[in-house]
Amino acid sequence: MATTGHAAHRIIEKHAGARDALIPILQDIQAEEGYLSQEALEAVSEGMSIPLIQVYGVATFFRAFSLEPRGRRVVCACTGTACHVRGASAVLDELERQLGVCAGQTTGDGEYSLETVNCLGACALGPVVVVDGINHGHMTRADVQHLLGGEPESAGADR
Amino acid sequence: MSRLEGPNQIAELQREILEKRGKFGHEIAVCGGPGCRAIGCEEVFRALRDEFQRAGCGEDVHLKWTGCRGLCAGGTIVVIDPGGIFYQGVTPEDAREIVEETVLRGAVIERLLYVDPTSGEIARAQDEIPFYRGQTRLLLEQIAQLDPSNIEDYVAAGGYAALAKTLDRLQPAEVIEEIRISGLRGRGGGGFPTARKWTACREAASSDGTKYLICNADEGDPGAYMDRSILEGNPHSVIEGMLIGAYAVGANQGYVYVRHEYPLAVQSILTARDQAQARGLLGENILGTGFDFHIKVSRGGGAFVCGESTALIASLEGKIGEPRPKHVHTAVRGLFNKPTVLNNVETWANVPLIISRGGAWFAGIGTESSTGTKVFSLVGNIRNTGLVELPMGTPLRMIIESIGGGVPGGKKLKAVQSGGPSGGCLPADRIDLPVDFDRLAEAGSMMGSGGLIVMDDETCMVDFAKYFVEFLAEESCGKCVVCREGLDRMRDILTAITEGNGTPESIELLEELCEVMKDASLCALGATAPNPVLSTLRYFRDEYDAHVNGGRCPAGVCRALITFHIDAAACTGCGACARECPEGAISGEIGLAHSIDAEMCIQCGICRTTCRFDAVMTD
Ligand SMILES: Cc1cc2nc3c(=O)[nH]c(=O)nc-3n(C[C@H](O)[C@H](O)[C@H](O)COP(=O)(O)O)c2cc1C
Ligand code: FES
Repeated sequence: MATTGHAAHRIIEKHAGARDALIPILQDIQAEEGYLSQEALEAVSEGMSIPLIQVYGVATFFRAFSLEPRGRRVVCACTGTACHVRGASAVLDELERQLGVCAGQTTGDGEYSLETVNCLGACALGPVVVVDGINHGHMTRADVQHLLGGEPESAGADR
Repeated sequence: MSRLEGPNQIAELQREILEKRGKFGHEIAVCGGPGCRAIGCEEVFRALRDEFQRAGCGEDVHLKWTGCRGLCAGGTIVVIDPGGIFYQGVTPEDAREIVEETVLRGAVIERLLYVDPTSGEIARAQDEIPFYRGQTRLLLEQIAQLDPSNIEDYVAAGGYAALAKTLDRLQPAEVIEEIRISGLRGRGGGGFPTARKWTACREAASSDGTKYLICNADEGDPGAYMDRSILEGNPHSVIEGMLIGAYAVGANQGYVYVRHEYPLAVQSILTARDQAQARGLLGENILGTGFDFHIKVSRGGGAFVCGESTALIASLEGKIGEPRPKHVHTAVRGLFNKPTVLNNVETWANVPLIISRGGAWFAGIGTESSTGTKVFSLVGNIRNTGLVELPMGTPLRMIIESIGGGVPGGKKLKAVQSGGPSGGCLPADRIDLPVDFDRLAEAGSMMGSGGLIVMDDETCMVDFAKYFVEFLAEESCGKCVVCREGLDRMRDILTAITEGNGTPESIELLEELCEVMKDASLCALGATAPNPVLSTLRYFRDEYDAHVNGGRCPAGVCRALITFHIDAAACTGCGACARECPEGAISGEIGLAHSIDAEMCIQCGICRTTCRFDAVMTD
């Protein structure tokens, strides 16, 4: 992937010289490419003269970074405390069952990534599931079946 | 936009803006807080704008965004002046009626008003709603009034007057003295006296004179969003607070460290920073006084531990976010080894108020040892989910019953959790407790950042303790063995208990682990991690015993310990549960009582949430 190295070089240049720039650089690459490829990590290590192991350490420590590409559609369940006491774990459980992957994984066909988040500030709607950026509130286990059934507007959609 | 050249020009600018403002006939404010955004307030805003254009009254009307109004359960909220008419649950479809009826004809649309569920009373304006009546809204009311993307709104409301006063008339030591008198304690969790931190930093030596200021906006508590609402809704108050702090301790560079999941807060603080800079309120030679202060905004990497001050600093330095032992305080040696003051968003936002109105005024609010107000996010099994602001020392009962409107769905209050993953649970019979730093700690919980999670009687307290332990086990940075291994073991034990494999010895071991973690963890993440377990053990021991000795989960939550059956007397035979059951485990003829095949049942509980007649029971 030639483009990856390209993006990394351009982004490193943009942050030129700043000693606190490693994390922002990785964030920018992640935002642009959706994940941090091995090429990107190597380019950052070289470009910033930071040992690859240190770059890798940071990339794997923080939740914001992913070392693998995400699916075409992203399903994100809130597992924050407010959603939890309203039954979010049953909702997540059902999402895992339906998609056949655990939270944090992508389906084999690359279609869905299942993610979790801690509180979206939408606790009044809890439990909340976000599908491709659209919030679905007051979710129950039963709603999940409809949610992934192809008609995302119908189940528990709040708008 | 012109630069202000002296502190006295702030008041002039305020006058100018207010004169210009007087011209609008109507002001329509749409809430843009996190809760309303999730429901779709952006579409409401667009629909209103289109309707105004259609009706040809664009000139006379000022349509604007505000930050969070607090009553998130009533989103989308739209407030119309004059009259302060408070509409809730507004959808884009309501836009035409609002313009034609309320704005053009002055008629109130009853359907959109708030109705008190207990008294049935209808409220026209915010002050008539019980949720607001009981609050002391110092920070939150500013957020509800201001357009965060417009510095003129902040200045019109008296913003940057505290900075002008500071630079014009106060010595750095006088600023710190005012903060000391106010009794302000940090809102980020520990409640450390702010003035003491500032004094230590002011007195600390720095070889090249460099000192740093940090605003902690990492907001890791997974059910709290007050810092986000402040940053999104009133970013200038945080910037002004930091400017005053920087002047007091002698810092020229500040950082705002914003949680990774808050892109809007990042945008809001960046916009505010640029506006302040353009006006000469930030950057070089601020207000022509020779004082320099710059602010950088950093996004967090999505690690809970980075809310801890030393881990946050490591992450700002581009390193893995691991804490270090605090033999030397960060006020003496912090970011890049320079003296550093780190305060929470809400702490910073209180500073301009204290300087404007005086430390004694602030100290007069709240209790003797916990002064001022505190913003709480009141969430969970509560009717009026939202952000509330109260004087310290307000009894929990008032927060939950009068303001929160109680537990919905005819269920009973079981417990309230405060303080996030480091905090603890209080049982329903302790709700007369006044909420302040010290009383919460005495009761085995803590203030934390101000999350208040209300739980009804269908919550299993063992499962709830397990929830936090799982969260912390995921988030432990792994640097110290006690926390890393201790949390893993606690998780194993709690999992065993919730799966019916616990023994009385498991509970003893759990208690022992808690004690070791409290004593031997490197940072407060590990040292406070036992709180959710210890507090539930203290108040809900019988529930643990029921799991361990009786093989029962009294709340009907732990799947391995419950069986589902249908109450034949309550079942109407509608067949809804049978249609939803993913395993086909429910059978029965339409119109007759159904039954569940225990062998096939996977305890998913879909039948229970589907049934409208409360006929599905658990044992
Ligand atoms: C594990 C852990 C997480 C924390 N998370 C936060 C946080 O998200 N926001 C915050 O302001 N303080 C957090 N704190 C507290 C900070 O370490 C620090 O005490 C606080 O930000 C200081 O500001 P204050 O004096 O204004 O409260 C956390 C502490 C620990 C141990
Ligand atoms: S806990 Fe899910 S939105 Fe707040």
